[in-house]
Amino acid sequence: MTTASAPPPSSCLKFLGSSRAEPSTGPAGHNKGRASIELVWSWLDEVPDPEIPVISVVDLGIVREVAWHGEDLQIAITPTYSGCPATSVISMDIETALRARGIDRVRVSQQLSPAWTTDWLSDKGRARLEEYGIAPPTAAGQPERCPLCQSANVERISQFGSTPCKAQWRCRDCLEPFDYFKCI
Amino acid sequence: MAIAGVDAWVLRMGDNALVLGQRLSEWCGHGPALEEDIALANTALDLIGQSQMWLGLAGEIEGKGRSADDLAFLRDVWDFRNVLLVEQPNGDFGQTMMRQFLFDAWHVEMLGALTGSTRPQIAEIAEKSRKEAAYHLDRSQAMVIGLGDGTDESRTRMQAALDLLWPYVGEFCTPDALDHDMAEAGIAPDLDTLRPAYLTRLSDVLAEATLTRPESDFSHKGGKTGARHSEHLGHMLSQMQWLQRAYPGATW
Repeated sequence: MTTASAPPPSSCLKFLGSSRAEPSTGPAGHNKGRASIELVWSWLDEVPDPEIPVISVVDLGIVREVAWHGEDLQIAITPTYSGCPATSVISMDIETALRARGIDRVRVSQQLSPAWTTDWLSDKGRARLEEYGIAPPTAAGQPERCPLCQSANVERISQFGSTPCKAQWRCRDCLEPFDYFKCI
Repeated sequence: MAIAGVDAWVLRMGDNALVLGQRLSEWCGHGPALEEDIALANTALDLIGQSQMWLGLAGEIEGKGRSADDLAFLRDVWDFRNVLLVEQPNGDFGQTMMRQFLFDAWHVEMLGALTGSTRPQIAEIAEKSRKEAAYHLDRSQAMVIGLGDGTDESRTRMQAALDLLWPYVGEFCTPDALDHDMAEAGIAPDLDTLRPAYLTRLSDVLAEATLTRPESDFSHKGGKTGARHSEHLGHMLSQMQWLQRAYPGATW
């Protein structure tokens, strides 16, 4: 791998705008007129996470690299948790989304290092998680407030939850249980 | 640089994670509370994911075209290289958590050291797995303390679990010829360097859990060399590998 890794997704559009290829709109056959890297990132930002569809795979911070290698579009993704079954679905969803945009030659590879961290969640992603009812991760290792009633009076039910990336918490005021996106 | 035995050593990491992951998944639907059931299944999932990475790497280094699935499903007992602790039956919930704590505490030390491996692929898998292992240890350690320093009933059960599993702890820390070769090549740490931190953590946590560490240093061995697995592994594999045994080569 000779190309640089992607910066965090919140800033990727600024960094990765490339002028070396003209944008492509609509199906373009055999990758004629390569889409700009910037445009590809914006397409990827429309691919939802299969488990938490309110955030995109870009929001999640798992897309680490987008680069053209000749006629091949190379996408590097990193798994959230080693055994997360969503990882293979995500690879497939990315390929499908790019094919729909006319890019036939897509190579999705897995990159392990640097290991994924919730620090890579975008600000947009964090806000959407909370609107959806999932408390976003915090450095303190626990939710700041209940995503339903905003009370800070919360307690942990379990360190684990319905998917590998979540833990179960409960609000002591509105009494509702809620998911917390684990901080790792 | 070709160093003999790297695949065999990586297999040990992969088999530890696979066998413990399978054991934990036996709890699915049987946990003492829904949250505990989910936690056990999630821990199992992490371990099986880690195992996929280790076994994939072992197959790649071996160079005979064997995939992670081939290694998981097409080997029999004598070819497994996990330590004996992880193949021990679940017992009650306390025994499962004690086994988990004894493993997690070692796993965190080992993975931390492996992030400095001279083999980049090993260092990368360790970097990824280490965070998950630290999260597992948080939970198993708190559980051992909570149940040990709990009711008379829970304390009695945790002490019994410790007495039963203690003789399996030594295998982690006792290097054999392969461990020495890997340490010399900088691929894996010298096990002697992991022992102090591991044993200190065990002592601290067991003290807080009001449990008594057994005095005997007798240690079972033969798991990581494959020479003498306990009878439990074969029973476990007959379930785990049932599909491939009944329908060889089946895929979907």
